[in-house]
Amino acid sequence: MSELREITVNGLWKNNPALVQLLGLCPLLAVTGSVVNALGLGLATLLVLVGSNVAVSLIRNAVSDAVRLPAFVMIIAAFTTCAELLMQAYTYELYQILGIFIPLIVTNCSILGRADAFASKHPILPSALDGFMMGMGFLLVLLAIGILREILGAGTLFDNMHLIFGEAARSWKLTVFGENYKGFLVAVLPPGAFLIAGLLIAIKNMIDIEAKKRAAKNRAGVVKGSKRVRTTGEVA
Amino acid sequence: MAFISRSSPHAYTAGTTGTVMLTVLLATLPGIVVLTFYFGLGTIFNLLTALLFCLGFEALALQARKKPITFYLKDCSAAVTAVLLALALPPYSPWWLMATGCFFAIVVAKQLYGGLGFNPFNPAMVGYIVLLISFPLEMSQWAAPASINDNQSLPSLLESLRQVFAVQAFDGYTAATPLDILKQNTSLELSELYASTPAFSQGRWAGAAWEWVNLSFLLGGVFLLYKKVFTWHAPVAMLTTLALCATIFYDGGSSSSTGSPLFHLFSGATMLGAFFIVTDPVSSAVSNRGRLIYGALIGILVFVIRVWGNYPDAIAFAVLLMNFAAPFIDYYTKPTTYGHGANK
Repeated sequence: MSELREITVNGLWKNNPALVQLLGLCPLLAVTGSVVNALGLGLATLLVLVGSNVAVSLIRNAVSDAVRLPAFVMIIAAFTTCAELLMQAYTYELYQILGIFIPLIVTNCSILGRADAFASKHPILPSALDGFMMGMGFLLVLLAIGILREILGAGTLFDNMHLIFGEAARSWKLTVFGENYKGFLVAVLPPGAFLIAGLLIAIKNMIDIEAKKRAAKNRAGVVKGSKRVRTTGEVA
Repeated sequence: MAFISRSSPHAYTAGTTGTVMLTVLLATLPGIVVLTFYFGLGTIFNLLTALLFCLGFEALALQARKKPITFYLKDCSAAVTAVLLALALPPYSPWWLMATGCFFAIVVAKQLYGGLGFNPFNPAMVGYIVLLISFPLEMSQWAAPASINDNQSLPSLLESLRQVFAVQAFDGYTAATPLDILKQNTSLELSELYASTPAFSQGRWAGAAWEWVNLSFLLGGVFLLYKKVFTWHAPVAMLTTLALCATIFYDGGSSSSTGSPLFHLFSGATMLGAFFIVTDPVSSAVSNRGRLIYGALIGILVFVIRVWGNYPDAIAFAVLLMNFAAPFIDYYTKPTTYGHGANK
């Protein structure tokens, strides 16, 4: 099952929608001011992504190339409406906080991108997994940015989690820097989102470069006396 | 009579980055002296903490980037950033404020972009802006000149140390700056405002203390011009357009007046900005024509933000906005190479 494994690695790391494809940056930067907002939008996006990937995969042989994009957008819009109604029903306060960014999931390029690039060419199971893993990759980055921004900006962690998990989650709130922390306002404002997203991308690239270096080191060196033609630089 | 005849080049000392930066540091001395005279030891504390953190962060960042540390520290560019940041922040800034500012100036705005020469934005101004939007309270606490504040004296050494190390914040030593007072004024005519507020009535033409601070930075700037550290284009263009805007919108002193041209030229950070920040060789436009445009637009932006913006002073915002535009200006003001036709 190496194909499924590859889909997983692609979605979570190698082709991460937020860190590598840089798609869906608008919600990524706009709603990650706190963990609860990030988690709410991440879950909604995940739901839409899995749903649309499965649906697109189902109809992939029935829709002609000429009308495929409008059809995909209709499907995504339908799932977004589902997510929106679900949030209205179960997490109304969070729905109000996230506001316009819930309907805007329709315009999230990574969803249409996956529908067109993957789901329209693959059977249902890989498409569903791809949607799930891409959504998880997006959700995890949203969460990481949300955690960093909430800690720096407000000095708390998991504040207002009861908006998603019910009353029991009210006590989850952690105060990281003590009650007197004044808050680093720039982290909550849009520039902070850009800074932290940039930082995460840099860290990811750094890890990749290190891994590449290590792999190059582990590769067997040239055997002394061998007549093989040596090339310099990267050979794909 | 024997003349020593020598062929060019006639300049025989090679100017290094270090000597240029040291000249700039030297030129800030009059400003530092005047600031200290009016606002007390706060400026000196600012300088000390800023130098400590800026050089420290520079060394750490160089270490992380595997660059030679002493070589880059010796070019004094981090020290210049430190001094500019220290002069821009309110005197007696607590250490953590300065540390945050220095971190964003040196690590984020300079080293992450590749060090001196690669930073698209003026590091000191980036540090300043991050602090201004993150900690509005601390950043608006300007110490008042001794003659104006409630205690009629400058804070003692012990009080200053307590403030700087964030043990106990003092009060009674801060007051609104002239720019602030003018911004808040909605009811008094300018002549009444000048007569009733000590910040203005104790000054000669632009506001107590601030006129002398600006004059001393002007002196330093003229010294740098004489030393040919930078050309006259950017600062003169900036001051001209600022004065021009102020003249056009000056309505003779009504309660909604935007302030006289003299007031704008000698208030806030005008002169510090014009000669020490606008002239940053890395982040400004390159050609002389480009510098004229660059400086002129900064002057306009400073006036616009001061008068219609939310913040009392605007040098940092104006400079950063124009740093964005500098490559664009450069693109359209490429000088023609000697002997070649005009660019098409």
